[in-house]
Amino acid sequence: MSISQKDVLRVAHLARIRVAPDELGRYQEGLSGILSLVTQMHDCDTDGIEPMAHPQDIQLRLREDKVTETDQRAAMQESAPRVDEGLYLVPRVIE
Amino acid sequence: MFHEYSLTALRDMLRRREISSTELTRHCLDRINEHRDLNAFITIDESGAMATATAADKRLGQGEQGLLTGIPIAHKDIFCTKGMLTTCGSKMLETFVSPYDATVVDRLAREGAVLVGKTNMDEFAMGSSNETSFFGVVKNPWDPKRVPGGSSGGSAAAVAAGLVPGATGTDTGGSIRQPAAFCGLTGLKPSYGRVSRYGMIAFASSLDQGGPITRNAEDAALMLRCMAGFDPRDSTSIDEPAPELASMLSIDLKGLRIGLPKEFFDDSVQGDVLEKVREAVAVFERLGATLVDVSLPNSAAGIPCYYVIAPAEASSNLSRFDGVRFGHRSQDAAELLDLYENSRAEGFGEEVKRRILIGTYALSAGYYDAYYLKAQKIRRVIAQDFAAAFEQCDIIVGPTSPTTAFPIGEKTQDPVAMYLNDIFTNTVNLAGLPGLSIPCGFDTNGLPVGMQLIGRFMDEAALLGFAHQFQLETAWHQSVPTGF
Repeated sequence: MSISQKDVLRVAHLARIRVAPDELGRYQEGLSGILSLVTQMHDCDTDGIEPMAHPQDIQLRLREDKVTETDQRAAMQESAPRVDEGLYLVPRVIE
Repeated sequence: MFHEYSLTALRDMLRRREISSTELTRHCLDRINEHRDLNAFITIDESGAMATATAADKRLGQGEQGLLTGIPIAHKDIFCTKGMLTTCGSKMLETFVSPYDATVVDRLAREGAVLVGKTNMDEFAMGSSNETSFFGVVKNPWDPKRVPGGSSGGSAAAVAAGLVPGATGTDTGGSIRQPAAFCGLTGLKPSYGRVSRYGMIAFASSLDQGGPITRNAEDAALMLRCMAGFDPRDSTSIDEPAPELASMLSIDLKGLRIGLPKEFFDDSVQGDVLEKVREAVAVFERLGATLVDVSLPNSAAGIPCYYVIAPAEASSNLSRFDGVRFGHRSQDAAELLDLYENSRAEGFGEEVKRRILIGTYALSAGYYDAYYLKAQKIRRVIAQDFAAAFEQCDIIVGPTSPTTAFPIGEKTQDPVAMYLNDIFTNTVNLAGLPGLSIPCGFDTNGLPVGMQLIGRFMDEAALLGFAHQFQLETAWHQSVPTGF
């Protein structure tokens, strides 16, 4: 099972990871190897089996609808690369 | 010296005031500095540790006794520690200082543990050798040319070298048990939901669990007692108190049944590993346990199933690293899309990117049913195999890893060869069960061999009980690498 360079670029765009032209072959090789391994799944018969998303077959609990956390914006933004007056700065999106 | 004692023994010496926490912590810090070439630590907090130790001595003097008051420990650098670097082994978080403590960090601190630093690890816990760390390879104290295992390789190397008596790890597909096996230690992956994941940087949320790496089962039980229990901040935390210490250790093996899956004892496993595990099983038999042949017929599908589910969840979890709110931000970004793509390309290492890409592929339109949904069905089949086996036995025993510690660099060019290390461990995560690795001898190269014990859901007590009874009869867990 192999993956095309076009597919690597498609997936890299979906994942928002830049893959440089000189890395493309290496990722193609690595991903093709993993896909060949993963394709062995198809030897396992799963007819009539329900998918299992999680080890606990229980419903997630609900909590009371009340405020339990305090505002920690300043503390949380200390680790942000660029902030100004409490706002995260990114390159201009809207002209 | 102090590093020759177990965590429990040191705790008792502290309580009897035979030693002080400042002496013990100083000793650990000195050893960490002396053995810096192991590269086991990413951050060392000397002043913080000495201040905590001084406070611990004061409390011990007043007769206050937390479960671990005065005991130096280290956290895997995946656990958030307030005001301290938390890198997850990645350039992405090279300068990240956490604004809060993980629940595990908070609980161990409340019991009086002294945090000396944060240990090296595979980047975002993705690896089985500690070679994917941005901060460099960790050396195995048993042979510095070999890997300590991974992803909790720094924690395992630190405990094996006697730098700290215990450390935390996390295990998504074997990342506590395999490094424990490679370094001759006891490593416990608790049942899914037993230990809070709050503040533990997420890799694959339905598989991740935190647990202890220690010298013996008694120490692991003591650390589990501190770490486990309900946490409202983790939506999958199970509302059950941590098990009592005595219930975890004092069990009678007479009449208990050990299941030996034929799939774990095949010729793909290194010969002397199988031999040592069989000898250990004979010790259990002498102690009164009976042996039962069981089968886990779909265990071969575990590796492909895991390498769809874990990367799929990782691709979702790691989407939070976008160069905006925290973590590495590219300087080369004229537009928002460039900011995302370049920050992630520069901040993540190759293995992490490979897993994000494979996970994104498996979840993308047109491939979801064939990969992700198929993997989830196999996950149920694997869980059902375990359930059927546990109708015939109380615990399952086999090797932790198909080989002992391999040479640094041997598998770095072949991701698939690296993945096969997890063959006996990752099905346990898929099913959410507890698993424990304990040392059971040495191979012909003098490297430690690990035996894995797998238990029923929430039955850590059986695993620790079997292990403790084994360690009362054997001395493998007391072996120390030459020069340490």
